[in-house]
Formats: sequence, structure tokens, C-alpha cells
Amino acid sequence: MQKTFSRLRSVIAAVALGLTVSACGYNNIPTLEEQAKARWSDVQNQYQRRADLIPNLVATVQGYAKQEKDVLTAVIEARSKATSVRIDASQLTDPEKIKQFQDAQNQLSGALGRLIAVSENYPDLKSNQNFLALQSQLEGTENRITVARRDYIESVRVYNTEMKTFPGLLWAMTFFRGNKPMAEFTATEGAAKPPTVKF
Amino acid sequence: MRAMSATETMHRRGQALLASLLLVWLALVLAPVHGWTAATYPALSGRIVDAANIIPVATRLDIEAKLVGLEDKSGIQLVVATVTSLDGGDIETYANGLFRFWKLGEAKNNNGVLLIVAPKERKVRIEVGYGLEGTLTDALSKVIITNAIAPRFKAGDFGGGVARGVDDIITVLTTDASEWEKRPKVREDEPDLFEQLLPFIIFALFVFVFVSFIMNARNGPGGGLRGGGGRGGRAGPVIFGPSSGGWSGGGAWGGDSGGGFSGGGGSSGGGGASGDW
Repeated sequence: MQKTFSRLRSVIAAVALGLTVSACGYNNIPTLEEQAKARWSDVQNQYQRRADLIPNLVATVQGYAKQEKDVLTAVIEARSKATSVRIDASQLTDPEKIKQFQDAQNQLSGALGRLIAVSENYPDLKSNQNFLALQSQLEGTENRITVARRDYIESVRVYNTEMKTFPGLLWAMTFFRGNKPMAEFTATEGAAKPPTVKF
Repeated sequence: MRAMSATETMHRRGQALLASLLLVWLALVLAPVHGWTAATYPALSGRIVDAANIIPVATRLDIEAKLVGLEDKSGIQLVVATVTSLDGGDIETYANGLFRFWKLGEAKNNNGVLLIVAPKERKVRIEVGYGLEGTLTDALSKVIITNAIAPRFKAGDFGGGVARGVDDIITVLTTDASEWEKRPKVREDEPDLFEQLLPFIIFALFVFVFVSFIMNARNGPGGGLRGGGGRGGRAGPVIFGPSSGGWSGGGAWGGDSGGGFSGGGGSSGGGGASGDW
């Protein structure tokens, strides 16, 4: 009887050791890193989605407000610039790259905000069904961007904290020496405030 | 005989020590699992959580039946919430937080919808789960708000506005069934199998250790549980009794939060639309 117990006890010890290692966070760093990367691709997808809406929006506005050429051109230019800056998951540790991305997107946000503001002056445009649908899609996309950014910022925070605190710190110093903390979004005025869309 | 019982006592003392070490270890291992976020959101007490008390009882029963029917038919969880205040935040942030807190919709399909009304701020929002974004689009949500809900709210008819909004949402969701059926979108932050099973494994381990201690104590000389050398005998039940009860609560983690209606584990990424009146 005693023998059975001692054998079982060693099994328990083995399980406990395994759990302890995983509880001490050996898996955490890679898991959290992957999570943050996935959140980043969400962010990028939502910005892409916004960019995809723009040609249609510009075409609709053009039909009613041809004379607003400057505003329309600004949107198109900002869009092409924003879509040219893409960040793949391995560049997330580079704050400079993140800043470039953010600046380009902010510029597009600003241009879009002006376009929406200008369209207020055209009653026909404002009551156009297509325009209304596009506006609500744009509004929804801005909200999705906000959510995706918040999720990304949170997962980066968790990842970076794990790298800097015990016990993750130990793993970061030994097995995951190559891992660097990820760059966080800095909320600038433009990014914090998406263009308001009024009906 | 005497010498034997002395080693036995030593042995038990060792076990008691082991037991307390095990307890400390469990506390350390489980600490992250049980780190709840502070709940500032209301509890999901039913399909209609009318905190602002603006929906008449008769209308509420009527709507509730429709919501039950929708879930029975399609698995979609549509929930109506009214809040007394948004605490100065915007309705988009609040709705998304509440949606994720309640985990509306099935975990695999993310097919939940939240219709939320903040009468004080005069804001209304339809928050759509990931899985239904293609069916109940932002544009359609906006149309429902501006055409069905806002005009009635403007006239002070909250019950009517909510009822009509729910009708329209259900119509949109059930008209094109093929759309949501082929959208089993799995999010990557699903906990994996091991994470889900962990509490149960630990619980099983715990029960096992507990039982082995009792059996050990019974086996020993000197009269089992109540008898002399009570230290080891008592250590078992005293330490393990209440905590093993506690862990069974831990086992329910991730599952239903007890009685009646609860969210299925779905999430939302800010789909839908907002409006005011």
C-alpha cells in the first residue's frame, strides 16, 4: 500500500513540476507575443478596410461636389500614402516604423474629417442613400479601428509587462534573449479623435 | 511498537508540511487564473436588462419571447440593455466593454447582438458580434436606429422603439440564414484545451491527494481519523475540507455563471452603429 502511494506521489510530483514550469511562465512570452501580433493584424485590417471604403466615398462626393477638388485630392493622396506604409509582425519592435504608420493614418483621418465636414454643405449629397450608407460604414470602421487599437495596446502592455516582471523576466533573460519589447501606439490628438460623422 | 508510532508521527508531520506546501503552490499556480477584472458592468440578469426602467412590463415579456425564439432557432443571442448612465464615456466604448463582459453569442460563432439604450445621454447603439458583422452590417444597423428606433424614442415611446428595433434586427438576422451559418469565425484568443481543462485537472489532483491522505490516516495504527496522533488526521479535513469546496467553484470558471440565462463566450470588435434622438 505504502509503495503504491509513493509511486503515485512521484507522479503527482512530476505533474506538479510540469505545472509549475508552465505556471512560472515559460509559455507566456511566446504566447503573448503571438497574441500581440494577431492584434496588430486586426489593427492593420481595420485600417485597410477604411482605405477600401474611400474610392467609393470619393466617387459619391464627386458626383455632388466637384468644386471641392482640393479636399478630394487630399483624401486620395493621403489614402495612397497610408496604404503604402505597412508593418509586418517582425517590425513591431521598431517605434520609428510604428510612428510612420501612425502618422500616415492620422493624415488620412484628417483629410477624411475635412471631406465629411465639407459634405455638410451639400444637402443633396447629405440625403443621398449611398452617401448615408458609406458614412455609417466609415463611422463603424472608425469604431472598429478604435477597438482594434485598444486591444493591441492592451496586449502589448501585457507582453511588455511579462518581459519586465518576475518570473517572465527570468525567461526573457535566458531563453528569449532575442525578444524585444513591442512599441506601443502613442495616442496623438489626431488618432485619439476620429473624424466625427454627423447626420 | 512505540518506536513505530514515533516514526509514524514524524511521517504524518511530514505529510502535513507537504500539504501546506502544496496549498501554497496551488495558490501561486492558480492566482493568475482567478484574477478577475473589477466588474463595473451590470450583471446579465436576463435577455432584457432594463436598469433604466423604461420598458413597460407587458412589452418586456413580449420582446423576451421573441429573443428566446431567436436563440432557439439560430443560436443568436440578442440582448437588450438600458443603462442609467454612461459615466461620462461614449456609448461605443461602453457597449463594446459590456458586450465582452457578458460574452454574448456562442464562443465559436461570436453571434451575439447587443441593443443598448442610454436614455440620460439620449444615445442608442446596436453592437454586433464578430460573427454577424456580415449580416447585420453597420449600414443596416444605422438604418434600423434612424428609422425604427429614434423616431419612437423622440416621442417618448421607449417600449415601442425597443420592440420595433428588436423586430427589425431579428428580421435582418433571420432573412438570410445562409449568411450567418457559413461564418464560424474562430478568434485566436480562444483559450486552448489545456487552459480550459487546467482547473479540472488541479481539482482532480486535489481530490486525489485529499483521498490519499484520508486513506493513509485510516491505514495507520492508533485509530484512524479521530484517534491519537491527531495532528496528521486533523490536518487533512481542516485544511482540505473548505478549500476543496472552494475549488469546485473554480472548476466552474469559464462556464455558465449559474441559473438561467448567460452569455455563450462570444466577442465583438465594435461592429454596428450608434445614434441619438
